[in-house]
Amino acid sequence: MTPNLHLWLIPILPLIGAAINGLFGKRFTRQITSAVALIFSGAALAWALWVALQFSPAIAPYKEFFASWIRAGDFRADFAFYLDQLSLVMLLVVTGVGFLIHVYSIGYMWEEGGFYRFFCYLNLFMFFMLTLILAANYLQMFIGWEGVGLASYLLIGFWFTKDSAASAGKKAFIVNRIGDFGFLIALFLLIKHFGSLNFDQIFSSIMPMGPETQGSGLLTSIGLLLMVGAAGKSAQIPLYVWLPDAMEGPTPVSALIHAATMVTAGVYMVARSHVIFDRAPGALMVVAIIGTLTAFFAATIGITQTDIKKVLAYSTISQLGYMFLGCGVAAYSAGVFHLMTHAFFKGLLFLAAGSVIHAIGGEQDMRQMGGLRTKIPWTFWTMTAATFAIAGIPPFAGFFSKDEILWQAYSSVHGSWVYWLIGVITAFMTSFYMFRLWFLTFFGEYRGTAESHGHDDHSHAGAPAPHGHGGIHESPRVMLVPLVILAVLSVIGGWVGYHNTFENFLAPVFRAGVTTSAEAGQAAASTESHAEEGARESLLMGISIAAAVGGFFLAWLLYHRRRDLPEKVAHSLGGLYTGVLNKYYIDELYAALFVAPLIRGSSKLLWRGIDQNVIDAGLDNSAEAAREVSDTVRHMQSGNLRSYAGWVAAGAAGVVLYMIWIGIR
Amino acid sequence: MIPLSYYLVLSGILFACGVTGFLIKRNIISIFMSIELMLNGVNLSFVAFAAEWKALSGQIFVFFVMVVAAAEAAVGLAIIISVFRTRETLNVDQVNLLKL
Repeated sequence: MTPNLHLWLIPILPLIGAAINGLFGKRFTRQITSAVALIFSGAALAWALWVALQFSPAIAPYKEFFASWIRAGDFRADFAFYLDQLSLVMLLVVTGVGFLIHVYSIGYMWEEGGFYRFFCYLNLFMFFMLTLILAANYLQMFIGWEGVGLASYLLIGFWFTKDSAASAGKKAFIVNRIGDFGFLIALFLLIKHFGSLNFDQIFSSIMPMGPETQGSGLLTSIGLLLMVGAAGKSAQIPLYVWLPDAMEGPTPVSALIHAATMVTAGVYMVARSHVIFDRAPGALMVVAIIGTLTAFFAATIGITQTDIKKVLAYSTISQLGYMFLGCGVAAYSAGVFHLMTHAFFKGLLFLAAGSVIHAIGGEQDMRQMGGLRTKIPWTFWTMTAATFAIAGIPPFAGFFSKDEILWQAYSSVHGSWVYWLIGVITAFMTSFYMFRLWFLTFFGEYRGTAESHGHDDHSHAGAPAPHGHGGIHESPRVMLVPLVILAVLSVIGGWVGYHNTFENFLAPVFRAGVTTSAEAGQAAASTESHAEEGARESLLMGISIAAAVGGFFLAWLLYHRRRDLPEKVAHSLGGLYTGVLNKYYIDELYAALFVAPLIRGSSKLLWRGIDQNVIDAGLDNSAEAAREVSDTVRHMQSGNLRSYAGWVAAGAAGVVLYMIWIGIR
Repeated sequence: MIPLSYYLVLSGILFACGVTGFLIKRNIISIFMSIELMLNGVNLSFVAFAAEWKALSGQIFVFFVMVVAAAEAAVGLAIIISVFRTRETLNVDQVNLLKL
């Protein structure tokens, strides 16, 4: 008998927290606000852990009906929850990392105005994210999908009085809208052809279909459209432009939404729809290519950035590219594995970066940092763990997941050595720019202006400048504890992938959808002698470790040993360097190609042309005409009784004439 | 026998005279008489049609009109007398208290 897990509690709890803080938060003290936020997000975590304990592969997929929502003819969409190994992993990541970031935020945001508003949004985000993950149909997933977009918008624009923050929020929202458009059309196609949006029904009706090997068909179109949605939410080429700008939000938000959880929703969605993608090799290839290109492209931009959060933002895009590469070669579990480890180490990187920024009074430019190793040791050591993890140096978490993806990219039936090669080059660049950040921030001489008092100076003279603290100081304990926990996870988080444990755990989810031909392919692959395959895997693993270590040494050489070299290298590269520094002018290109014509079109044609000249002018002119006619007719009402009588007589005469005319005719 | 159209033309002429008088006269008595003229023009066409179609209702209707006209004359003349007493004029253009 399946136990009743009461999954509905998990999303509802943060929603209650959001409601309490949102409605009454203004009157609460900061202590009460943070207690409310922590209790409800912590309760969600506790419940998720309890669910994880109750969970066993035997009951998966566990389904729970909560309430009926839409019933139109044969079409039904309910509020229902769906739990299998995949959503369980996501559930634990989101509630776990989410709770830690809630804790961290209390320290980080303590001095900020709108404290309750921040936690209200944060809890709201948790609600939508958990709805997305636990949804049992695409429509409910879409609610969560849109909801996290909303929360992301609200939190990016949290300092809405700052113009750049407000426009970054809008940019994120609008770019996401393009992706959502694709997602919606995919949903319409699903409704049209399968009459349902429930995962169960769709997947069971797709299951008997064969793969669309030649040409493009229904499943390929659905897959591609879903990928458009995923590209928007998960910041893939060509819709990645919003994520770097999203760094305008508070750093905990960048950590939670724009690194650990929300941006991985696209990966989750692709993995969830694996039944569709398995049968659409064309769409799968597009996913892999987009993922590979994004990983490479964003990594190159990351090398030149000087803003510590921008580096991490591009790194996030690049790592998301890895996840899509994993999904694109049908190694969904590798993608989800990387998603999980990435949530740990990238969340940690952002939080640690926030701690650094906090320490030196709001400065984000790495050129103004340096030598912070001894001043903020806790931040330094936790960030070191995360940096080694993302660089892919064993035995840290990132190594296992990244290596798994690279191996799958090479060996999978959908894979190719090209993916692998670009992936390894990207891994090298990842390692390079992460250690560049590490060296620039923590080593060498301090280059900033914040005076090094060496003690906590909590004289917050006025609140307008964020983090208006005194000298360089370590963050309070409430911020350090989450850092340490995440650091531990960044170190050991990858070990669950040892001997494919993680993959085997997720296998029931993904094996269900594998087509017969792919199975045959895998069977053929597995007949290859295991020894040879093992040797090749070790070789590739060695190469990726070498790439990571190489990146480390290059960064060490350029940014620690010979500080004069980067200038020269940049100088000798000339135009290429400027191009990369300016992010390949992609923003400018989009501005010229899409935004400017849109603004011109809407201001010249729609506003001046149609609105002002047609709609407004039509209204104004008709009013003017009515006024003028009445102005003329008004003279009939002279007040002279006899003229009224005259009008009556004239009218009567008119009637008589009309009747005579009728009679003649 | 005199054709119907003659009566109708005469009735029309009477009515038109009434209308014209109503419109151009300034004296209330004259206006009043013009109204009577219009009523009688209409009465003429009623009886003419009644005779033509041998229908009694036209004649009956004329009696009604006469009764109403008599009543109206009584009320109207009373108003005229009271106007003359207060305003000492019968010129309608000067009876304009209600006009702005």
